[in-house]
Amino acid sequence: MSNARTAPVRTALIHLALLSYTVIALFPVFLTVVNSFKSRAAIFREPMAVPSPATFSLIGYETVLKQGDFLGYFQNSMIVTIASIALVLLFGAMAAFALSEYRFRGNLLMGLYLALGIMIPIRLGTVAILQGMVATGLVNTRTALVLVYTAQGLPLAIFILSEFMRTVSDDLKNAGRIDGLSEYSIFFRLVLPLVRPAMATVAVFTMIPIWNDLWFPLILAPGEATKTVTLGAQMFIGQYVTNWNAVLAALSLAIMPVMILYVIFSRQLIRGITAGAVK
Amino acid sequence: MGSLQLQSIRKSFGNQDVLKGIDLDVKDGEFVIFVGPSGCGKSTLLRVIAGLEDASSGSVRIDGKEVSAVPPAKRGIAMVFQSYALYPHLTVKDNMGLGLKQVGETKAVIDQRVAKASAMLSLDPYLARRPSEMSGGQRQRVAIGRAIVREPKLFLFDEPLSNLDAALRVQTRLEIAGLHRRLKATMIYVTHDQVEAMTLADKIVVLNAGQVEQVGSPMELYNKPTNLFVAGFIGSPQMNFISAEKLGQSGAKTIGIRPEHIALSREAGEWKGKVIHVEHLGADTIVYLEAETTGLLTVRLFGEHAYAPDDIVHATPDTVLMHRFDAEGRAIS
Repeated sequence: MSNARTAPVRTALIHLALLSYTVIALFPVFLTVVNSFKSRAAIFREPMAVPSPATFSLIGYETVLKQGDFLGYFQNSMIVTIASIALVLLFGAMAAFALSEYRFRGNLLMGLYLALGIMIPIRLGTVAILQGMVATGLVNTRTALVLVYTAQGLPLAIFILSEFMRTVSDDLKNAGRIDGLSEYSIFFRLVLPLVRPAMATVAVFTMIPIWNDLWFPLILAPGEATKTVTLGAQMFIGQYVTNWNAVLAALSLAIMPVMILYVIFSRQLIRGITAGAVK
Repeated sequence: MGSLQLQSIRKSFGNQDVLKGIDLDVKDGEFVIFVGPSGCGKSTLLRVIAGLEDASSGSVRIDGKEVSAVPPAKRGIAMVFQSYALYPHLTVKDNMGLGLKQVGETKAVIDQRVAKASAMLSLDPYLARRPSEMSGGQRQRVAIGRAIVREPKLFLFDEPLSNLDAALRVQTRLEIAGLHRRLKATMIYVTHDQVEAMTLADKIVVLNAGQVEQVGSPMELYNKPTNLFVAGFIGSPQMNFISAEKLGQSGAKTIGIRPEHIALSREAGEWKGKVIHVEHLGADTIVYLEAETTGLLTVRLFGEHAYAPDDIVHATPDTVLMHRFDAEGRAIS
């Protein structure tokens, strides 16, 4: 495999850097998963050790499944995340299409306005959002979370998607117009399939903050029926006593769904991230 | 079944005028080519005819019917794009049939028309393929097939050969010419390549800076250019322009003489000069010389000639074929 462009020392250094990054990134996950399978005493005695027959215990998972409605929490997280992604992708793509395709007065200003949210965190508006939700009676509903997360995800989605949509050939859209496709068919049947990698990128960037969010579930939907997984896991963290087995088990479980979604999107994702650079 | 009238078409983007009042009359069955340098508005004009751009003012009539407010799909046109613009997710057959499907034709009609077009363009073996599995030339044939299937009143071509390599360009040019002969349809074709324009057109429209410079048959433009721009644009190598003053001629500002209308001799002639560069093309020899009275001259000789740089030669123009232009660049007849 040696050729003019690979020096052994350089290659070794690159691999060293990549490997150390991998270790740093995976270590917390490893620690969480490993300790979730140990007894409480073993977690504190030897936090780094992998479970042995003597220390192996499923007590954490038992607690999680017994106390509270964890299946329900998962369901809430899933519903909120998937609904939000779907809405962000739909509205984001539509706005991006309009911005990139049509010439109208204020196009540039509208684009800047829609991208403003990238720079201003939505949490600054928490009080107003809560007042709004109270006024509309949406507190303690999943709808409240979906609405907030859609608003949170849209700016980045519009920004990324409109850049990608500009690269879709004008001729192709015009060919569609001449063949009698409506603007909606052009959008759904010609343009969307071509920006699929970008859609996957946006989906991943949108999904992870939503799944991991504690702030808005805690403020807008803390009720038992609408709790998300991240919020649900908090009940094991007490002011004086923390049930570490249960917390770690809950977190280990919470990794799974988001990982499955990531695997689904990731094949497209790589193409999305590199598309601009390579082509 | 396919005439077109344009009346004072204007188009501006912001405060930039791209088309400055275009009038044109295209008769049924004509092959009309818009030619001009890049940025002259020829593509914009084609898109106005197609309905992909709205004209700022003026009227477009197809078959005598005003279509300014008619969407592209209902104008009875078909367009072939430079980048082919095939639908990447559809097979060749579906690409060609989509337009008909959208207007609700029955499957039998679509199949029959697609079969006819694909036979005409020898696309039969590729009907089940997707565009990504085909070469550039094949893709352009599919794009042309997609236009034929619609049986339009007007075919619009937007630089259809620009993305093809030289050999394929000649071959596809022949195919388009054959197609026009067989279908007897009205075709409007945009190109910046004057060879395409000269070889294909019944009528050439030379555009420059949003205005029509001249409309005429290829030979009219070659023999009787109405102004300096057309004289310089049509013909390759470019016509020599010599200031009339240098030649001691009155009544004109500029004298034009085509490179092929100048004879060269080593012994005697009207303008003495020194050869700067020679291009041997086999069929032609192109000699660039710096003449004492006229400055730089391009001379096109037929066949092979053994001139070399630094040779002293004498050039003699064919005075009958000289063009004379006044101070505004208009031709003096």
